[in-house]
Parts: sequence; structure tokens; C-alpha cells
Amino acid sequence: MSRLTFENVTVRFGGRRRGLTAVDGVDLTVPDNTVVGLVGESGSGKSTLARAAVGLTPLSGGRILLDGAPVPSHGRRPLQMVFQDPYSSLDPRMTIGGTIAEAIPRRDATGAPARRAEVARLLELVDLPADRAALYPAQLSGGQRQRVALARALAGRPEVIIADEITSALDVSIQGTVLNLVRDLQRRMRLSMLFISHNLAVVRYVSDVIAVMYLGRIVEYGPADDVLSDPQHPYTQELLAAVPGSATAAEDEPTVAEPTDPHHPPAGCRFHPRCPIGPLVHPDRPDRRACRETEPVGDGHRHRAACHFAVPEPVR
Amino acid sequence: MRWGGVLRTPVGASAAALLAAILLLALVAPVLWGDRADAVDTRAILRGPSAEHWMGTDNLGRDIFFRVLVATRMSVVLALLATGIGVATGLLLGTAPLVLGAPVGRLVTAAVNIAVAFPGLLLALFFAVIFGVGRTGALLAIGFAIAPGFARLTHTLVARVAGLDFIAAARLAGVGRGRLIVRHVLPNVGEPLIVNATIAAGGALLAFAGLSFLGLGVQPPAYDWGRLLGDGLGGIYVHPAAALAPGVAVVVAGLAFNLFGEALAKGIGLPTAWGPVPRGPRSGATREGGTSMSPRARASGASAGDPVLAVDGLQVSFPGGVRPVRGVGFTVGRGEAVGIVGESGSGKSLTALAIGQLIEEPGQVRADRLEFLGENLLTRPTPARRRLLGTSLAMVFQDPTTSMNPSQRVGRQLAEVAEVHQGMSRRQALARAVDRLRTVRIPAAGRRARQFPHEFSGGMRQRATIGMGLMGSPALIIADEPTTALDVTVQRQVLRLLAGIRAADQVAILLISHDIAVVGQVCDRVLVMYAGRIVEDLPAAELRTHARHPYTRALLAAVPDMTTDRNQPLAAIPGRPADPARLPEGCAFAPRCPLADELCTRSDPQLVADDHGRRVACWHADAWADRPAPVVVRIGDPR
Amino acid sequence: MTGATADAGTFRGLGDSAWPRFALRRLGRLLVSVWVLVTAAFLMIHLIPGDPVRAALGVAAPPALVEARREALGLNAPLWLQYGRYLRDLVTGDLGSSTITGLPVSQVISDRLPATLELAVGAFVLAVAVSVPLGLGMAVLTRGGRRRRGELAFTSSSVVLAAVPEFLVAVGLVYVFSVALGWAPVAGRSGPGSYLLPVVALAIGPAAALARIVRVETLAVLQADYIRTARAKRLPNRLVYLRHALPNALTATITIGGLLLSGLVAGTVLVENVFAWPGLGSTIVQSILAKDYPVVQAVVLVYGLGVLLVNLAVDVALALLDPRSTIRES
Repeated sequence: MSRLTFENVTVRFGGRRRGLTAVDGVDLTVPDNTVVGLVGESGSGKSTLARAAVGLTPLSGGRILLDGAPVPSHGRRPLQMVFQDPYSSLDPRMTIGGTIAEAIPRRDATGAPARRAEVARLLELVDLPADRAALYPAQLSGGQRQRVALARALAGRPEVIIADEITSALDVSIQGTVLNLVRDLQRRMRLSMLFISHNLAVVRYVSDVIAVMYLGRIVEYGPADDVLSDPQHPYTQELLAAVPGSATAAEDEPTVAEPTDPHHPPAGCRFHPRCPIGPLVHPDRPDRRACRETEPVGDGHRHRAACHFAVPEPVR
Repeated sequence: MRWGGVLRTPVGASAAALLAAILLLALVAPVLWGDRADAVDTRAILRGPSAEHWMGTDNLGRDIFFRVLVATRMSVVLALLATGIGVATGLLLGTAPLVLGAPVGRLVTAAVNIAVAFPGLLLALFFAVIFGVGRTGALLAIGFAIAPGFARLTHTLVARVAGLDFIAAARLAGVGRGRLIVRHVLPNVGEPLIVNATIAAGGALLAFAGLSFLGLGVQPPAYDWGRLLGDGLGGIYVHPAAALAPGVAVVVAGLAFNLFGEALAKGIGLPTAWGPVPRGPRSGATREGGTSMSPRARASGASAGDPVLAVDGLQVSFPGGVRPVRGVGFTVGRGEAVGIVGESGSGKSLTALAIGQLIEEPGQVRADRLEFLGENLLTRPTPARRRLLGTSLAMVFQDPTTSMNPSQRVGRQLAEVAEVHQGMSRRQALARAVDRLRTVRIPAAGRRARQFPHEFSGGMRQRATIGMGLMGSPALIIADEPTTALDVTVQRQVLRLLAGIRAADQVAILLISHDIAVVGQVCDRVLVMYAGRIVEDLPAAELRTHARHPYTRALLAAVPDMTTDRNQPLAAIPGRPADPARLPEGCAFAPRCPLADELCTRSDPQLVADDHGRRVACWHADAWADRPAPVVVRIGDPR
Repeated sequence: MTGATADAGTFRGLGDSAWPRFALRRLGRLLVSVWVLVTAAFLMIHLIPGDPVRAALGVAAPPALVEARREALGLNAPLWLQYGRYLRDLVTGDLGSSTITGLPVSQVISDRLPATLELAVGAFVLAVAVSVPLGLGMAVLTRGGRRRRGELAFTSSSVVLAAVPEFLVAVGLVYVFSVALGWAPVAGRSGPGSYLLPVVALAIGPAAALARIVRVETLAVLQADYIRTARAKRLPNRLVYLRHALPNALTATITIGGLLLSGLVAGTVLVENVFAWPGLGSTIVQSILAKDYPVVQAVVLVYGLGVLLVNLAVDVALALLDPRSTIRES
């Protein structure tokens, strides 16, 4: 069982007055043996959420639970992460065999021969020949490095893996290899995965469930097919329309508003300054007043969409 | 690893040899010549240079030459000891924040920052007062004077490394703090530290000489170079050798340390006094081209009326035989949108830069034909051409953060174009700049024009750059990965803006991107580049149906979109994108191609047009004739 | 990429809100540094092992005299009381009296400070006037690997010149121009001619180092994307170099320049000793050797204050040139 739960998680940087709330009261669940795709743009807080999950960033509020219990921060770490940049996520002065071996818990393999065997096994899992263990990262390509990073994450026998934009820095022709591998491993090892990306097509391909994040909040959450075919939140709709080649790309001009300052999020619904159905586009409609005054809540809407005008659905 | 290479450069080798000689001298000189150096000879006081005493004698008749040689040990040893004290203290202070945690660390850092403000000599004098005049005092003084600088350096280096992902990954793997510092942080900061320690040793040598010269360092009867210099200064009129000999020794030894340190830095790849670390093939202004290369199939794409841009046989080469662009030819008609698609190493960006005349030495541009609005760009540039290019050709680059001058207001940067090329006054130009900013839909344009680039968001900066290009009346906009660094919703706005400009004024667009979906959506025609060549040229609408080159088909299959079958593995292309420095014989794509045979590895296919004007460079282009719909090619082992 | 934190600076418009905060912060730092300096100067005397008064009066001095002098200097009071008196005296401008000559220290300072200032300012102006155009010109001429021999010649000579300490340069200059050629006086501060050698000796090292740095920074700037944009706008070369490259190269140069200027302040100590220049530099050495601690303390304070003021000037110049630096935390 490896169910990861974020309960009202908040992460704040800086002081109270001029600080930045990168993650604001996020409730999110990664069910057992499921890939949850977390989509959002820059400033959404998705990377901060990931780092908070593995303990690299302290929480300002809320809790993160694994199977109902707090995530252990000493000893074996059941949450592991694969980072975005293949060039800075491996120590340039350590062989990749050494890097992977370092991540193997002491109890699992004692003595050099056992560790070497385990390193070989892990390399084979990610489709790399065992003799690569003696190489340094500078001698590998970006895609190979990401596979080493994956092997390192698997060395600790994790239950949950968080993949933070792992293919964004790779060439398109290599990206497929890494994505296939990730999907394959997840299914074989029954891992839970939080897959973060800004690329909606990639997220769709990999994920079972999709969560959409905007300015520190989850604005929509549901099965991937459902969310993508029937998006409830205007931001999700905008993301879909923005995918190049999408059918909705030819629609009317989106409003080009001032970009929102994450230090001073707008009152009421955070998305309303940009919203194509919001008060700036329909200033005369009285029901749009709620967008400026009250924060919309996800519960009670289809896909838990945080919009006042999403289709209601009883909470199960 | 790279230290051996240092010894192979002339500077590194000579500095190393000099340093070795000095260290050897420090070891053996007192043993060999100690007695001669101390031999008092009252009959030969303050003599000038002679056969017996090469540098003359001092006020007690002692031979100065040998005293200088013997003083090597004292000077070098003290310098090294002082450096050792300084480096060790500096290391401790610099790693304190990491080891002791945040509150204490911040205090230490603040103290170091204050100490760093004061020059070493001042600190040395301060400590000299406390520790007293003399060798030990001076040693401690100089050591502690070096420490703050080193602490600051260590702190900066450690902070930089500590922020890298592999440290975070090691922490996640359960590595303890101690092992983290020793095994991961220190080895990655070791090299710059060693280099700086070497240079600091040179500085310590000079500082010690200075203190002894002032009388605050080594006291008689012991002597080092500084003391010899101080003693000799009084008699510099009659007896210059007494002062100059130790002076030369100090300079030579100091230089040896400094040069060795700098050679190390250069060998390791740190920026030094010699210059920043050289970057790879990059941009600049053009050289005059003109010599054509071997004739290729003269198949330029179809053009309607007078083309805005006509390119044929374009080549870009760098010293060392690297040719990232190996013969590119196409035309862009008025109001047409042409896209160039490729991965890293395809040469697409350099093609754009070459057309924009922005490739500088040592890169060289050659072409059979390079015409913009009928003007031949291969001849010597003239002021008229500069004006033409400045007003009719707009360029937009990838990184909006670095593409604008950070110390100049945005409005000024736009207005410049009009001032220089259109003869407008400052006020007129600024007014036009604000108007252009409004055209590219930047809200509060008047206020924004007075701001600096860092106050704009990424999308706004990119739009401002487009506005810069609109200051004239461009006939062509060359956009090199204009939206790669932007969020997808912002990308949509920028692409729509370009489309709007194109529709309003019949402006042609040359869009370069690695994203075939973007190019497919925005452009009329798509050129696919691989390893410096165009391998396919076809209308965007026919991408999915009539792509013939295996690379194009593989690219289309490998990129997931919203209709990709989620139950099938993604197509991937085995191997890596071609490296322009190491291209194989024959077709560059052959090592990765499922259709490759002996013909492909032997000879390079030409770009050939079919009846419909589509071009493709492949021996097996017709292999797909029976299969018009692109097949998801499961290309063997994903290794 | 943490887009949120990366964009944070873009929304804090420069407007009026950044400057007052910056000024406040910078002044605060200055005050703290001054306090540290003052305290360090105070502690300097009290950290010396042994009895400073006895050391100044000599081993043979009668104990009664030593005791009387100690009482007169207030050295028998508890430390914190002495500190308080010291601060109070500083604020009223009373720096004590020299234990050797008995003269008020403030008079010693006011007599000798101008001479040092003349040297330091003169050398600084000379160094900057020579090095900035030289470095800029060399960068433009040698960019992209052009003129490799010229680059080598420039770099090696500037490395050598920067590595030779100023007192050696001074000695060498004295030998060549005074002893051998007799063009300038050997020592002392007399007419305008006597300024030539000391100022040049003080300026050569920093000028060479600064020229080197200006060149390196300009080369780095010339590789920047915004220079490519300027060329894409087809601006004349003059504008590209002077309006786009130079201001950005200067920001990094000014920081190093500030350090060099501070070093210049200290270099006066050495040069003054070579030329017997009647400034603070020769004073402090003599005082250290003679154990005249009130004078040493005061001179250390003056030098330290000078350095702190230079740093402040550098920060302000940087803020004017590079608007982003006011927002950046140190």
C-alpha cells in the first residue's frame, strides 16, 4: 500500500508581509499504484509541492501522509524524486555506479560484491548495460543520465516516486525512451507516482489521474480522460486550447492581462483577472461578482473544479 | 584529471618549472650556502658587485647574492605557512553555515562580510599590533588577513554547489551531513579553492616581504627577502644591487605562484584574467562569403512572385572542420510563414543567425545565394544595407531574459531603432516605441516603456522584442525558438501575435523550433533539418499525410499529442541526434534509420523535388508510397 | 524551474519603493561596520599581551611613573567603562595623546591625512583613466580570438605589472628615475615633481589589474545575447560598444575597482615609507615600532573609515548603473 496524501499543505517563503505563498492549502491524493499527473505553468507551485513532499522544503502548514502516517525523514525513505536537469542531478565527480550504490540502503546489500550486483540489477532495470557503472556522468547523454537518475531513485525501493519535469530538458527523439521506461517500471513495480510537467500531451500519455494547479491551488482533479475531454475549470480549458494543434486553438482572442503577481494574488478567485468567463469579460453580470469576492471551493463540483460556475456533483 | 593538461601549455609549464626551482632552492640553499651567507668580512663592507661577490656586500661584509638565495627558505616557508593558516581558517569559516546551521552561520557570514571589506594589509597591520612585531606575529597577521577572503570564496562556492540537484538527491538517498560535505561538496569546490590558494600563496609572499620591509616582520639576525630589501633601501644610491637583488627575487617568486595558479585555473576551465571560458560556435556578424561549394541539386522550393528571402547552398563552418550547416536552400515568399524544425545539432539556429548576418569570427558563412528583398547579402555591407536590414528584417531570439539590455529602459531600446535608421528625434522615436508596445498588447504601455527589462515578465519581454522588430516595417520576421522558454498559454498569445502581424501587413515569418506541433500549427510550409541539411520540405497541412523522410515520420510519431494511443509505447528514435563534429559518411541519419542500407551509408542523398514541389533527401523516400498514413514505427531496441 | 521565485523580482517595480529600502539597508550596514571597526580598534590595544604603557616607556621606567601614566590614561578602570569613555571621546573628536610625543592625536591626523589623500586620490584617478579605455579597447580588438599575439602581450604584461608589489615598483622607479636619471626627487614631499613617482608607483599595479579585469568583463559582455540583439538592430558599432557593452561591463568592474581602491588606501602605507612621504602611512609604521598605541589606534580608524566609505561609494555607483542590484539582497 502506498497512498500519498497532502492535507491542507501550505509552503511559504520569506516573511509574512513580503513573502510568497507558493503552495496554499493544497489537498491532493496520489492513490496506490496510480500515476497522478500534476500540470501547471511557472508560478503554479508544482515544483515546490514536489520538494515539500520529499522533505527538501519545510512545510508551513498541513501535513503529508503516506498510508495515513507521517512520512519518515530518517532511515529508509519511501519517497524518492527524479529531477528535471540531467546535468546537475548527478555528481560530476562520482561514477554512476557509485552514485547508485550510495542510494542503496545499507541493510539491503552489505559488502562490495553484493552492492555491485545490486547496481547491475538496477542498471538493467533502466535498460543500461552493467558496464556503464564505471563511467562518469560527463560521458553519458541526457537521456542516459535521466535513466541513471531513475535507477538511483529505485535503489531505495521506494513506494512513491515524484518525477519533476523529467523530460523537459531532453530532445524530443529521446523523450519517448524515458517515458516508455517510466510507464513500464511503474506498472511492473506497482509504484505510485506524482508526474509533474507543463506539457499536457506528455501528462496525458503517462497519467491515470490529472491535477491542475494554478497559483498554489489545485483547481481541478479527476481521471485523465474525463478532465481532458470535459474540463470544468476555465484554466484547464485555456491550457487545452493552448496546446499547439488543438482544435480549439482557433477560437477568439484570450484576454492579454497583466501577469499576476504571485506575491499579491487577487482577492476572490485567483484566476478571475484572466478568466474568459469572469468579471472582466462580463462586467455587467451580477453573478460574476462572486469571482471577485469569494474563493471558489472544489468540493461539490465535478472534478473538484474550483470555479463558481463548474457543474455541481455531490461529494461521494 | 585535467591537471596534466596544464603542464602542456607554455605558460603552465614554465610557471611550474619556475615554482619547482624555487622550492628546490628553498630546500637546499641554506644547506649549501648557509655559511657563506653568514660569513662576516669586515674588510669588504658595502662593496659593489665584483667577481668575488656577485651582488656586492652589505654593511657587515656579507655576500648579498648568497644571502638572497638562502633567504628563499624563510620567505617561502613563511608564505606557505601563512597561506595554510589563512586557507584553513577560511575553510572553517566558509563551511560554518553548512555545518553549524542557519542562525550561527548567518552571524559568521555577516562577520566575514565586514572583514572582507578591509584590505589585507590593513588587517595584517591590525593583527601585527596585537601579536607583536616579529616573525610569529607577522605570520599570524598575514594568515588571518587572508582568511576572510577565503571564507567568502568558500562560502560562495559551497552555496553554489549545495543548491545543485545532486546534493538534494544525495540527501534523499539518506546520505548524512558529514559524508555529504566530504564526499560531494568538497570535491566539487576543491579545484577553484586550490587555484585560489596558489594565488594566495603568491600574495602572502608579497605581503610578508612588505611587512619585513617595513620592519614589522622578520627581525634580525634572521632575514628574509623583505628584510634584505629594507636594509638595502637606505643605500640605494651607492649600492643599488643590495636592494634590487632581493626585489627581483620577490617578484620572480610571486610571479611563479601567480602564474601557476592562473595556468591551473585556465586548465580547469575557470574564468581568469586571460578571459572568460570560450563558448562554442555562436553568433556574431558575417564575413563576406561568395565562393560556392560543390554543385548540389538546384532544387529550391516553389516561390510565388518575388521572394522575400532566397537562400541557396548556405554553409556555416568553424575552425577544426566543424560544419554545423552544410548546404541549406529555400525561399520565403511575401507573407508566407515557413518553419524550420530540428533537434539539437541540426543547425537550425545557426541557419537563422547566418541569414540574419549575425555570425562572427571564427565562424564563417558561405552561400551560393543569399538575397533579402532582392538585395544580395553576400557582398560587403553598406550603410544602405544596414538601414534596409534594420528596418525590414526583425529578429526574435529564444531567451527573453537575456535578449534585452538589462541596464537600459525598454522604451529606449525600442526607440533606438527609429533614431538610428529612420532619422526620428528622440521624442518621436519614443512615441513610436510606446505605440508599438501597445500594438503588441502590453498593458499600460506608456508606463512600461520607462521600466527596465527585469520588471517585465518573460512573455511581455518577448512581445517587447517583437515590438522592437516592428519599429520599422519588416518584410520578414525571423523567430528563433521564440516561445520555448515561455509557458504554453503565453506561447499561444505570442504565436497569435505573430499570426496577427502577418495577416495585417503581409509580413513573412521564418519560425525556427524544435516543436513540430508548433511549427505545424503556425506555418504554411515546414522544413525539417537534420545534421546541418534540410531533409524534407513540404506544406504543413500535409505533414501527417505526405511526410516521406524517415526522420520526419519518426519525429511525428515520437511526439505525443492529445490523440496519441495511450496503450501503445511511444515511438523513440534509437541513438542520439547527430554531432556536427563527428558526422558519418553518407546519410547522417543512417545510423538511426530503419530503412538504411549500404547505399545510405555510402553516399549522401540529395534534396530532390517531386511534381508537387515537395522536397525530400532520402534514397528510400518512395518506400512509403504504399503506406500514406504514417505508421508508428517501433524502431527496434530503445537503446 | 521555480518560476515563481524567478519572477518575483519582476513585479517589484523599481518605482519609488526600492530606493528608500536600499538606502536604509545600506546605511544600516555601514553603521554596523563602523561600530565593528571602532570596537576592533578599541580591543586592539587591550588584546596586546603585556602592559602597553610599560612597553612604551621602556623596561627601565620607574613603576611609579608607569602607574601614574596608567592612571592618567584611565587604564585601570574596568573594561566596559573604558569602552564607554572611548566611544564618548570619539564622538567629541578626542583621540587621546601620543605616548611618545604627547601631542594630541587628532592634530597628528589632521597634519598628515592630506598628504595621504593626495597620493591615494591621485593614484586612483590615474589608474582608472588609464585602465578603463585600455581594457575596453583591448577587449574590442581581441574579441573572438583576433590578434592572439596582441592578446598575449597585453595579458602577460598586465599580469606581471599587477603582481609586482607597489613598494618594489617604488624602489625600482626611485632607482631608475631618481638615482640613475635624476629626473625626480628621491624622497619627500616638495614641489609638483615630487608627486610623480609616488603616484605612479601606487597606480601601476591597480591600473594593470583593472585593465585586465575590464577586458575580461567586456569580453564576457560581448558574448551576451543582448549584444547580439543590438547587432540585429543593425546599430553602428560605436553604439553597440558604448551604449550596450560598456555600462554592463562596468558594473562588474566597479566591484573589483572598489576592492582595488581599498587596496590603494593600504598601499599608501608602503609607498610612503619608500619616499619618506609625510603621510599617515609612515606614521603608522613608526608608531607600531615605537608602540605608540593611541596613534596606531587612530590611524587604523581613519584607514578603516576610508575603506568603508569607498565601499559605500561603490555600492551607490552600482545601484545607479545596475537597477537590479538594489533589489538583490547581499
